[in-house]
Amino acid sequence: MADMAIILQQAQRSLVIARKDIRIYYSKGPVVIFGILFPVFLFLSFTIGRQLAVDFMIPGLVGMILFFTATSISPIVVPWEAQARTLERLMSCPVRIETIIIGDILASFAFGVGISVLPIILGLFLGVTISNSVIFALALILAAFCFASLGNVFSIPPTNMPSTVNMISSVVKFPVVFISGIFIPLDQLPAWGQAIAYISPLTYFTDIARGCIQGRAHLPVAVDLLVLLAFTALFLVVAMKLHQKTMPRRI
Amino acid sequence: MDNDVAIQVVNLTKYYGELLAVDHISFTVRRRELFGFLGPNGAGKTTTVRMLTGVIKADEGGASILGYRAGSLKAKQVAGVVPEIANAYADLSGWNNLMLMSELYGIPASEARQRGASLLQDMGLFPRKNDAVKAYSKGMKQRLILCMALVSDPEVLFLDEPTSGLDVQSARLIKDLLRSLNARGKTIFLTTHDMDEANQLCDRVAIINKGRIVAIDAPEKLRMATSATHSVEVSFDNVVSPEVLVNIPGVNTVKKLGDKYRLYTANPGELVVSLVNYSSSHGLKVISLNILEPSLEDAFVALTEKEAKHG
Repeated sequence: MADMAIILQQAQRSLVIARKDIRIYYSKGPVVIFGILFPVFLFLSFTIGRQLAVDFMIPGLVGMILFFTATSISPIVVPWEAQARTLERLMSCPVRIETIIIGDILASFAFGVGISVLPIILGLFLGVTISNSVIFALALILAAFCFASLGNVFSIPPTNMPSTVNMISSVVKFPVVFISGIFIPLDQLPAWGQAIAYISPLTYFTDIARGCIQGRAHLPVAVDLLVLLAFTALFLVVAMKLHQKTMPRRI
Repeated sequence: MDNDVAIQVVNLTKYYGELLAVDHISFTVRRRELFGFLGPNGAGKTTTVRMLTGVIKADEGGASILGYRAGSLKAKQVAGVVPEIANAYADLSGWNNLMLMSELYGIPASEARQRGASLLQDMGLFPRKNDAVKAYSKGMKQRLILCMALVSDPEVLFLDEPTSGLDVQSARLIKDLLRSLNARGKTIFLTTHDMDEANQLCDRVAIINKGRIVAIDAPEKLRMATSATHSVEVSFDNVVSPEVLVNIPGVNTVKKLGDKYRLYTANPGELVVSLVNYSSSHGLKVISLNILEPSLEDAFVALTEKEAKHG
């Protein structure tokens, strides 16, 4: 019982930290640039002039925007706080390091989900239909949490320079976009291309989105969801274990 | 666990790579005590506070705060912290920073609002409570950080150099607040390298040097125990060279301070007689003559120098 009370107390404090992050970091330049503007321009540069169908473009656009927005805040909060000298104060509060990590992930998750609604509305306005909106919403929520957790993994190296973390995350994020069925559907990839695609969590969200919007999924939806869940658990465990070691070294 | 003990430190040790930053220190701070932790820069003060407040882990030994293991949620819950180099969130207002802290400590909103307003009033920040902290001066920021440490009404307060580099008014406000908190029964652990501050505020001080505690006692007792640093301050109506003064019986060292000389001695009474004899035999007139007790600073220097020689 006591353990459950502590879990609930820490969950509540994670929400407090997430709200603080939302107030402070949503308007920061790197978040807006890397989270919103970059994926939109990247997508436009690959799709304009290619005569692609709207129901092909929207799943890719949603996947890409979700991936970039959900990974835009969680990598930078910890180094930013260390640099701004607010981290030590936060760490001396009655919160666990896991509580801080979950709070940062939740802020990034909310940003990802909130911004991804825009391309979905755009798609609906352009006439696309979502065949199974419950599965689609579930996948969107799970993927946003998965990507936000991945973003937090990028901030594990104990550097206090947000720009260094942005560089690390960009090195991973850009290749991921190209191997995840955003621009080329999985069916059209050669076998070796598909093998690479399977190591990207974005592949599984894009596959569900294509299934719900285009009616053409490459994998069964249950497999996509389970793999997304497994990736989420992996990123969360790695983030929590390794931040335990590196966060005190930032002080 | 003794109910009168607020902070118990046993064999606390921290290494940074090869460097032994805190070397198996042990001490006890009683409840309602204002305890000073003095040391030169790099002595291990901040590392100790960080271990006590749970920001970093000790490599050996441990500590408890009101009986709770240092670093545990319960220990953090009963403590308020003003870190050495800490900032409030610059993008948030002073008020929102305070409310953030109260939420992280689980303080009910109505209680937090009441206590927050009262603290901001006491610290002279209430009229600026809705301004973003980035517009605050350094003194205002430090006063806000103190308010943030107090909004949970902690039983034990850790402050790491809270008045360092502040303007006189802010430093005085903070010192007055610490005195009144201590009078209301709060235990205060204050690290500082300011001897006057420790002397004015603390019931007891520990002196730490190179990671080791070299003395713990009341400031007055430490001062008096440093017998070698008694001194006599004298000025004459004419110029006298320090080389002459150092030859007067009983004088250990001579220091020139403006138009005065400070003569260090083990026996100030005898030295006064010698000085009077010397001045009358050399046709000099004594303008002023004072026997000085050793200051806490003298005690500090003597103790840390002794440690350096032994180390």
